[in-house]
Amino acid sequence: MNSSSKIRSWEITSESNYLNRRQFIQAAGLAAGAGAAAALPGRALAAVRELDTVPGPYSTDEAPNSWEDITTYNNFYEFGTGKEDPYRNAQDFQPRPWSVKVSGECEKPGNYDYEDIVGPNTLEDRVYRHRCVEAWSMVVPWVGFPLGDLLKRFEPNSDAKYVRFKTLYDPQRMPGQRRAVLRWPYVEGLTIAEAMHPLTLMAVGVYGKELPNQNGAPLRLVIPWKYGFKGIKSIVEIEFARRQPDTSWEMAAPHEYGFYANVNPEVDHPRWSQARERRIGAGLFAEKQATLMFNGYAEQVASLYSGLDLRKNY
Amino acid sequence: MTASSIRALKVVVFGLCLVPLAMLALAVFGVGGLSLGANPIEELIHQLGKWGLKFLLITLAVTPLRKLTGWNWLIRFRRMLGLFAFFYVLLHFLVYAGLDQRFGLAVIIEDIAKRPFITIGMAALLLLLPLALTSTKGMMRRLGKRWQKLHRLVYVIAILGVWHFYWQVKLDTLEALIYVSILAVLLGYRLLDWWRRKRWKAAGPRSSHDRIAHPR
Repeated sequence: MNSSSKIRSWEITSESNYLNRRQFIQAAGLAAGAGAAAALPGRALAAVRELDTVPGPYSTDEAPNSWEDITTYNNFYEFGTGKEDPYRNAQDFQPRPWSVKVSGECEKPGNYDYEDIVGPNTLEDRVYRHRCVEAWSMVVPWVGFPLGDLLKRFEPNSDAKYVRFKTLYDPQRMPGQRRAVLRWPYVEGLTIAEAMHPLTLMAVGVYGKELPNQNGAPLRLVIPWKYGFKGIKSIVEIEFARRQPDTSWEMAAPHEYGFYANVNPEVDHPRWSQARERRIGAGLFAEKQATLMFNGYAEQVASLYSGLDLRKNY
Repeated sequence: MTASSIRALKVVVFGLCLVPLAMLALAVFGVGGLSLGANPIEELIHQLGKWGLKFLLITLAVTPLRKLTGWNWLIRFRRMLGLFAFFYVLLHFLVYAGLDQRFGLAVIIEDIAKRPFITIGMAALLLLLPLALTSTKGMMRRLGKRWQKLHRLVYVIAILGVWHFYWQVKLDTLEALIYVSILAVLLGYRLLDWWRRKRWKAAGPRSSHDRIAHPR
């Protein structure tokens, strides 16, 4: 199927939004050079390439956020701590060549090129809700493939209870790493069951295009029932581990961020409520909306945590 | 400075103090390439709060600047600057209460009670109220010496306000620490000044006595 002729899920679910995006792209072209804020999206579009995808399962029918929202409002401290810093500072980042080191409790450790990692998979469009721990949310039309499909190729053994991920550490290319805001490199982890869950995505794109740098190019995790910071970006290492790995935000503020970080409206962050969320793009006069248990994916994932005290294991 | 040039300068300063508000208003409507970004309510709250703090710090800088430069006319601008601090802090609260929480009294009260950074922010706003209300010439006259005592509350307010900012930051406290540092300098100057005057007062009479006892 030719990628230009087929209809993608978000086009069906939110044609008006898609049209807005098209108009927006045109407007951005017209507005080039007209001032910093107006010129933002034009640059964001510069480097991205179309991907060949098929519709995937689990997509929400909620209207996706605009390309502009998704690519200019990011938490990616490797490129700065301001929301628009990643957009501004990641433009010159080169996500190729890229290789991922696979290690730990598996039969096929080694260094794998981006093409080795992504090539064998069918790329799927999946429109997921995205809930940040800061109580805002978006709907993002990701492109990716199930992480489990990838992990199985490395043949994890029975001692592989957890999977640990690491972001690139390269302060030359990631200027945010020149300040010790977090302990670099960024590390994240999942239980093997979470990693193998069919909802868990290794994302390589958004809106049918390759991931923009500020969104975590070239490889990032998307775990839609967890707070956004679990979705580690620009991954260079995957390790199958026996023990629960330390994770970046947990190390930075253990009383505020835990290993599980499941979206949970009943367990507040010590400094703010998690009961409701602000949907990005809803406008200045929109009401906040209720946050759903497991970000609305309880039906798929609640069984993973039966018997676990979610108040203690936040 | 002549009275008429101060009057003219007051008009200019008043206009300048409204520039941040005008810029934010333009950004709300996306005029002139200005924008509040993808999360406009949060941006509006943050910007208004930071302008409130900036005006508080500018107000607190008036006295040190006056003493260091000898430009006594600076004092004539202090009330206006202080009232602008109150104005931006009040807008900061109103956007939070109105746009963010949609005047949901229960949620706002829960926020104030459960979230320490909001508790101290609210305390700072409430403490600003009596200062704004007693800022008129009539109130100054009526309160006499008590007026100055009351208005020393501004030190407490500034500390609470900057603390509120620092506590609200998720992780990267650099920007908040700049406010902390400036406040520390402004309050430190006063402490030093107070201590020097106290020493001078204590030492003053004795040295004059010495001078009389041992004329050169």
